Amino acid sequence: MKRVIALLMENQPGALSRVVGLFSQRGYNIESLIVAPTEDPSLSRLTMTTEGDTQVVEQITKQLNKLIDVVKVLDLSFEEYVGRELLLIKMEFSEEAEAEVSNLGGQVLFKDDNLLNVEFVGASEELDEIVTSLAKLNPLEVVRTGLSGISSTTKTLTI
Amino acid sequence: MSKEKLSGAEALMRSLQDEGIELVFGYPGGASLHIYDALFNQQAVQHVLVRHEQGAVHAADGYARSTGKAGVVFVTSGPGATNAITGLATAHMDSTPVIVISGQVKSHLIGTDSFQETDMIGVSRPIVKHSFLAQRAEDIPMIVKKAFHIATTGRPGPVVIDIPKDVTDPDYKFDYSYPKDIDIRSYKPVEEGHSGQIRKAAKLLLKSERPVIYSGGGVIQNDASEELTSLVKYLDFPVTNTLMGLGAYPGTDKNFLGMLGMHGTYEANMAMHNCDLILAVGARFDDRITNDPAQFALGAKKIHIDIDPASLSKIIKVDVPIVGSAKTCLDQLLNELKKNESKLDKNKIEPWRKQIKEWRKEHGLNHRMLKDASNSKKILPQHVIQSLYKETKGDAYVTSDVGQHQMFAAQYYHFDKPRRWINSGGLGTMGFGLPAAMGVQLAFPNSTVACVTGEGSIQMCIQELSTCLQYDLPIKIINLNNSSLGMVKQWQDMQYGGRLSQSTYEDSLPDFVKLTESFGHVGIKVEKPEDLESAMKKCFELKDKLVFLDIVIDEDEHVYPMLEAGMAMDSMWLDKKTKTWK
Repeated sequence: MKRVIALLMENQPGALSRVVGLFSQRGYNIESLIVAPTEDPSLSRLTMTTEGDTQVVEQITKQLNKLIDVVKVLDLSFEEYVGRELLLIKMEFSEEAEAEVSNLGGQVLFKDDNLLNVEFVGASEELDEIVTSLAKLNPLEVVRTGLSGISSTTKTLTI
Repeated sequence: MSKEKLSGAEALMRSLQDEGIELVFGYPGGASLHIYDALFNQQAVQHVLVRHEQGAVHAADGYARSTGKAGVVFVTSGPGATNAITGLATAHMDSTPVIVISGQVKSHLIGTDSFQETDMIGVSRPIVKHSFLAQRAEDIPMIVKKAFHIATTGRPGPVVIDIPKDVTDPDYKFDYSYPKDIDIRSYKPVEEGHSGQIRKAAKLLLKSERPVIYSGGGVIQNDASEELTSLVKYLDFPVTNTLMGLGAYPGTDKNFLGMLGMHGTYEANMAMHNCDLILAVGARFDDRITNDPAQFALGAKKIHIDIDPASLSKIIKVDVPIVGSAKTCLDQLLNELKKNESKLDKNKIEPWRKQIKEWRKEHGLNHRMLKDASNSKKILPQHVIQSLYKETKGDAYVTSDVGQHQMFAAQYYHFDKPRRWINSGGLGTMGFGLPAAMGVQLAFPNSTVACVTGEGSIQMCIQELSTCLQYDLPIKIINLNNSSLGMVKQWQDMQYGGRLSQSTYEDSLPDFVKLTESFGHVGIKVEKPEDLESAMKKCFELKDKLVFLDIVIDEDEHVYPMLEAGMAMDSMWLDKKTKTWK
């Protein structure tokens, strides 16, 4: 089962490597991972998606909590939450391509006679579908950020 | 107090003094020269120069395990740092408070593959509780304060402080002050157990007809032996200790079942398998205990007290998890039980006690061994430990290495006090025993310290015999010499048709008596059973000398009982021919 874990950690050198290292050292998989400083510059927020049954994920969150640099952990999969990721695609310019992008709800970020850069924002499954639909246009490059999430309850991941 | 101007190196030494540290183990090198110069210019902290950095960390670890205080190590960058890694991993697996302060190349050289550069923070990351890279001299006092706090509280563990050489530059001085208090927002170990969970635990304990209390290293680390003993005596329940937990409950008490697990006693393992309730305290249900987790104590409810939430339900799902320190939770639990005194019926578990007694009578340690011994022309390793126990009146600090001798020591030396049995349980580090004994002897100069080892393990850190001479450490080395890697050989005997692949030395072993003498100590060789007792006596009569007792033992002896892999805890080999399952 796919799980989404969000955490706050000290915005310090070495903190991220401890979090990532924990996964490899204990044999857990990271499917995607996204991290950036928060409005409080002493903290970074990280969202990761991983696979595992309830017991494995419970152990992962406990082990994450044990890291001194990790301030707070929230398993979003236990809550109502919204998750979004950003998809950027580069493709050869054609009117057909531009129309298809617009049709699928994408934004054109750059275009010239040769190229189109477009973005889509959505839940991971939506973006999977978009990538499939655009495959026929032979995109030159596809990049995804991985999922970022926030809970839809009053519970907040803040300190 | 007026502020003093100190360099980073001086601030490090002052911080250690302010932390109450009197002893540091280490080995100097290029990147730690400023630190060693600051060490030279002060008297409060004594330094023990080892012969290999692994020895320094094990010595600090032995000091920490026997005293409960943090052990401190200085190493230099590169190979100094990497040599400390085995020691760090050992301390990490057994959750002991060791602080390794490593010199690092100058800041501007980091990342350039400069001479003696190793990414110590990166290399040590998976085997430390936490680590710090000191980037400014001014940060050193706070880092040291945090390091000691993290290493010694909660579930203890090793901490690395990596200090680039320029950060200890004697020409750069700053206003020194040592922080009084610290607050780490992400690190607040919980001491007190949840009162609702404590009530649930008490209820289960009062209801149980076949209980076992199973305690581990956490009880010793947390100085909770008194609380454990009070609880056990109040309930009059059977209790077993893990390899790491020996001494937490008096080994000679009637309620004590002996050690459990891989080489635990028949009665301890049978009790675990057949009980209806397990109260686990400061133990972690590791694979050397549970055998196959899917077949582990299926008829038992489980209560688990541990300070580390990640230990709870990690391997075995428990019914009543309690996060908190062993000391506080056991105290809470006893109070809760006393409140319900009228419900305590000590007769209820009488049939269970009887059953355990029968198990002990049937297959307790010793029975077959003694029968065999009367025909034996060779010294049995079990007898050596019994002789050691007798000679030291059960009151020595005993360190060990790893293998058969370690298990014999754990089985046959009955520890009545905590912090007396010092061994590498989790990582199983050969070479641990002698340097660990140095740390213990330095902490307790007037106590008897014995290192039970084998000819394999002792050679892994034998260079420390030289350190022992320099610091007059009268350790007694009890070398169970079977001319082979005993535990490897035992597995090869049992599981590989006796094909002894690379587990024997042929005729290549050194003369340990001469070797010891060349290091300035006393060596005694014992080959006949009838000489054992007098040699043991002589060894301990030489109070001021390190004595190496090289005892040639029966090389065919195996350690029993032994759990059969992949089965439940009641499936044991009891000797070479007898097994408990069909």
